Amino acid sequence: MQPDTTEAVWLDSERECSLLELSELSGLPEQVLRELVDYGALAPTDPGAAQWTFRASVVVAARTAGRLRGDLELEPQALALALTLIGRIRDLEAELRGLRAQLPRRHA
Amino acid sequence: MKYKDYYQILGVERDADADAIKKAYRKLAHKYHPDVSKDPAGEEKFKEIADAYQTLKDPDKRAAYDQLGRHHPGQDFEPPPDWGRQFGGAQFSFDDVDLADLFAGLAGGGRQDGRAGGAFRMPGQDFEVTVHITLEDACRGTTVDLNLGVPEYDEHGRLHREQRAFKARIPKGATDGQRLRLRGKGGKGLNGGRDGDLYLNIALHPHSLYRVSGHDLYLDLPLTPWEAALGALIDVPTPGGSVRLKVPPGTHAGQKLRLAGRGLPKPHEGAGDLFAIVQIVVPTVLSERERDLFKQMAEASNFDPRGHFRQEAEHAARHH
Repeated sequence: MQPDTTEAVWLDSERECSLLELSELSGLPEQVLRELVDYGALAPTDPGAAQWTFRASVVVAARTAGRLRGDLELEPQALALALTLIGRIRDLEAELRGLRAQLPRRHA
Repeated sequence: MKYKDYYQILGVERDADADAIKKAYRKLAHKYHPDVSKDPAGEEKFKEIADAYQTLKDPDKRAAYDQLGRHHPGQDFEPPPDWGRQFGGAQFSFDDVDLADLFAGLAGGGRQDGRAGGAFRMPGQDFEVTVHITLEDACRGTTVDLNLGVPEYDEHGRLHREQRAFKARIPKGATDGQRLRLRGKGGKGLNGGRDGDLYLNIALHPHSLYRVSGHDLYLDLPLTPWEAALGALIDVPTPGGSVRLKVPPGTHAGQKLRLAGRGLPKPHEGAGDLFAIVQIVVPTVLSERERDLFKQMAEASNFDPRGHFRQEAEHAARHH
């Protein structure tokens, strides 16, 4: 049987999802997501909007939070701290990759 | 079925109490959780630890596990005969059953009423896999073959691994660390719950010419001393084809020459930049004539690339 082909969709800033979708995708209750927003660990596109929407790139962080909550039994405040620190590590790793990319490979 | 020693995996005695089991799990989980650990084997290790904890933290599952007796890890064994009858009749074989799936199947009374999860709508499990693609694939877009062992419940509520093969189209614009979602390609949902998703984590194979930073590319550009001094027109490879680059006179080593929009294409529009990093390369073997010309240049030139050394030494002498 010929396997079917599925289109993969980017999780980036061009797409948005609602609080409900974010809850479904991350496995986190909406209340926990609201707390993570209050603690500054997740950011809606417009925090002042009546219905929050999130860039699809937030799904990655929310799913990390969902796994950490399920596996390590973390409270929202501890989750927020962990997410912030993991985000900083990701940023530093990206910066390090960028700097390494600038180092010459060829030693003439 | 292969035996797994859940007590040994968590590093606890067989008579450890619930608190000791939880403490051991948390300690190991902090070390090996894939969102925290850098250990490439961490994910597999964490799965083992989590499977062990899921069984031992539940008194009923722990009692059922203890009934299996003690065996060497990895040793083939048969559960008691009445287990087979409860799971799928007298002919049921445990040969291809994973111990962790067996105990996960006990959730919600799966073994008692044959319907795991009862009437709850249960979303299917999400999966994440890392997909390695080439830089050329990232530029053009590509299709990858995926083969996943997905746990699924059968009509009797028994959990088993289903091998699923399918193709996933990755649109152009990928770069290292980017994520994509394949809706509904994870585990099957139960009782009307949505099917899980599959998340792809893109990893680019190292390239022989380009180094990647986001959608920007870096390329070493070796120049001769005279090309750097006099300027030159150089053909530079880019993923989209060769481009003629004007090297200005007086170019120095380490200088980055930017080729705008010649990096990796971005998912929706535009592209990163390509930076050619100048290296000045001298021939290791000189002909007679080359040696003479270099000598003539050395005699004729007043250029002092280490002038700042002397200035620094003079400055230090003035202050001592």
